[in-house]
Amino acid sequence: MNHHENTHTISVLVENEFGVLARVSGMFAGRGFNIDALSVAPTPDPRVSRMTIITHGNALIIEQILKQLNRLIDVLKVIDVSSEACVRRELMLVKLRLNDKNKAELAKLADEAHGKIVDASDPRIQILEFVGEHQEMEGILKKLQPFEILEVVRTGNIAMQKGKNVLMPFPGEAVG
Amino acid sequence: MKLTGAQIFIQALKDEGVDLIFGYPGGAILHVYDELYKHPEIRHVLVRHEQGAVHAADGYARVTCKPGVALVTSGPGATNTVTGLATALMDSIPMVVISGQVPLSMIGNDAFQEADIVGITRPCTKHNYLVKDVRDLQRIMKEAFHIARTGRPGPVLVDIPKDLQLHQAEYVPYDQVKVRSPRAVLQGHSGQIKKGWELLKEAKRPLLYVGGGAVLSQASDELKKFAYLTKIPVAMTLMGLGAFPGTDDLSLGMLGMHGTYYSNMSINECDVLFSVGARFDDRVTGKLSEFSKHSKKIHIDIDPANVGKSVAVDVPIVGDVKYVLGEMLKMAEAAPAFIQNYHQQIRPWWEQIRQWREKAPMGYQQGPKEIRAQYVIDMLYQMTKGEAIVTTDVGQHQMWAAQFYHFKEPHRWCTSGGLGTMGFGFPAAIGAQLAYPEKTVICISGDGSIQMNIQELATAVEWKTPVIIAILNNHFLGMVRQWQELFYENRYSEVDLNVQPDFVKLAEAYGAVGLRASVKDEVVPVIERALKVRDRPVVIDFVTTLEDNVYPMVPAGGAVSDIVLA
Ligand SMILES: Cc1ncc(C[n+]2csc(CCOP(=O)(O)OP(=O)(O)O)c2C)c(N)n1
Repeated sequence: MNHHENTHTISVLVENEFGVLARVSGMFAGRGFNIDALSVAPTPDPRVSRMTIITHGNALIIEQILKQLNRLIDVLKVIDVSSEACVRRELMLVKLRLNDKNKAELAKLADEAHGKIVDASDPRIQILEFVGEHQEMEGILKKLQPFEILEVVRTGNIAMQKGKNVLMPFPGEAVG
Repeated sequence: MKLTGAQIFIQALKDEGVDLIFGYPGGAILHVYDELYKHPEIRHVLVRHEQGAVHAADGYARVTCKPGVALVTSGPGATNTVTGLATALMDSIPMVVISGQVPLSMIGNDAFQEADIVGITRPCTKHNYLVKDVRDLQRIMKEAFHIARTGRPGPVLVDIPKDLQLHQAEYVPYDQVKVRSPRAVLQGHSGQIKKGWELLKEAKRPLLYVGGGAVLSQASDELKKFAYLTKIPVAMTLMGLGAFPGTDDLSLGMLGMHGTYYSNMSINECDVLFSVGARFDDRVTGKLSEFSKHSKKIHIDIDPANVGKSVAVDVPIVGDVKYVLGEMLKMAEAAPAFIQNYHQQIRPWWEQIRQWREKAPMGYQQGPKEIRAQYVIDMLYQMTKGEAIVTTDVGQHQMWAAQFYHFKEPHRWCTSGGLGTMGFGFPAAIGAQLAYPEKTVICISGDGSIQMNIQELATAVEWKTPVIIAILNNHFLGMVRQWQELFYENRYSEVDLNVQPDFVKLAEAYGAVGLRASVKDEVVPVIERALKVRDRPVVIDFVTTLEDNVYPMVPAGGAVSDIVLA
């Protein structure tokens, strides 16, 4: 059995029902599974929402997570995209306090990391926006350490499979 | 045709063929009760505590295989259903519980008798609903019943706000109501079924390990045919009892913590272990690293999450037991010459099992005076020819009932296996008795457990249900005392039940029959008397040995081979 713990990215389509987030997060909490990050938003079909759940665990735990997700009535489709070729993106906002000396240095750093200044309403404060893979965000944060970071907010990765694979719910089977 | 929410609800019950429900009224469900008043064709059993309603619905479901239905009010009425829902979820029992809720506009305001019952019961239901629009009610009711009985069955709760019970919506003919269907693979992968059969064919020491899934999927016929044909020994879990006749030579009785020596040795030593709707529960496996180490494993289960959860399986087959076993039976039937050889192939295994049986047969010694609990159950078994419906509470009496009452058929044994709920037995017996008024229904209980839902005596008297409550009265919380004796050096912490009601007088106070047996010779006569009563419940207080222990016993967390015989 594989006891090695890995980070996994799980894409889930759910019915856009009242309480569905509580069902999913409650299942994780109740069974002692971890949620490292979670994002959820409606799809173009307003009846369906899409979640991206970042979790970790050994192979047995990940298998149970997938199976337990599938047991939830409101869950339409579950796929572990960890080993698939994916575009993964996280959005990060960082609020920093500047002084006259480091302003230029920060601008350079932000530029290199494709960051954008999205707020400078206070001349001493800036909010920078970064987009990239989770690991890149970690790297950027490290580089920002010398500055005075006031606040960080991150979405966690969302993921989409490359190529023609598309995540679609099962055709809902109606019974008479 | 426009109907109110309450009318749609009643109609939905009728559409599902429900003619018996258990419940308790209150403010938030009053509109529904008012409508119910006009529909005497739906019998409503007024319990005396909502927990009783849910367990009664559960007992009804276990013996009929139809979803049980309970109706309660908001807040405290709804929270009183939690134990019953959790009990049903753990044992995969189909059930629909409907609760009233405060009016929609007041939800979230800490209104009088408001509880977030959908939030509270999310982890102890298969699914639940808060109805927010009366136009969804009919679909939700149909879906609730469908989900409760489809795939791995389970309880579903529907919470209906009070104002919505009066809102109007169009009533649609039942067959035109579209519902979502839970995804369940019923048929099992034919390649896997074949693989399982091939593996079983190789076996020299095969064992059928039969669980509650075989009962729930009503697979007894397939199981019996398969076992009779192949002559593979059959061991059953607590929940599997009755799926195969306990009286048959092929039966090794119950497995697990208090199972027979020979079934536990067999699971330890077999070379192919075939789980038929059993989920490798810790009460069966004991210490996982030591569990059935020499065997390859085949596992049929309708719930993929059960497969490979605690024990690695060589041939997983996700599907309905009835179907999968039926397919395997066809393969076996198509190979008569092989079957002949197979009986030879497994003969040494049967010889080994015979030796284990001889070494430690199940039995007990009954002296001239003091009543042994095992004797009481044995007499109940003999005097009802093994044909009664038996419910239990939780503790020593439950294990002795499982050991000494041998079931020939499924759906006659109702016990809370997964959750181990004291207080389950008596209301479940009422539910079972109302489903089968002519049958003998016995609730085997302890002096501790029976007091957890004793108030239902009033319900049983009102409905003239002749449930026999056999209290095995050891004046202790016996099973806990046993653990304290064995694992806590006799420190009997809070298990003394010497202060207790006079159960005979208590029964009489409720209008039931009260009987007592204090010495051995009184046992058979009181059972005889009890069996003759058909118009009211009977409580029998069997005063038994105070400090008796259930054996065999696999100590919790120990290996199956650590089994203690006495
Ligand atoms: C609701 C509930 N509370 C506590 C327990 C823990 N428990 C398991 S067995 C037992 C003792 C039961 O005593 P009794 O009903 O007298 O049966 P006996 O073991 O004596 O046959 C207890 C307290 C339980 N299973 N259920």
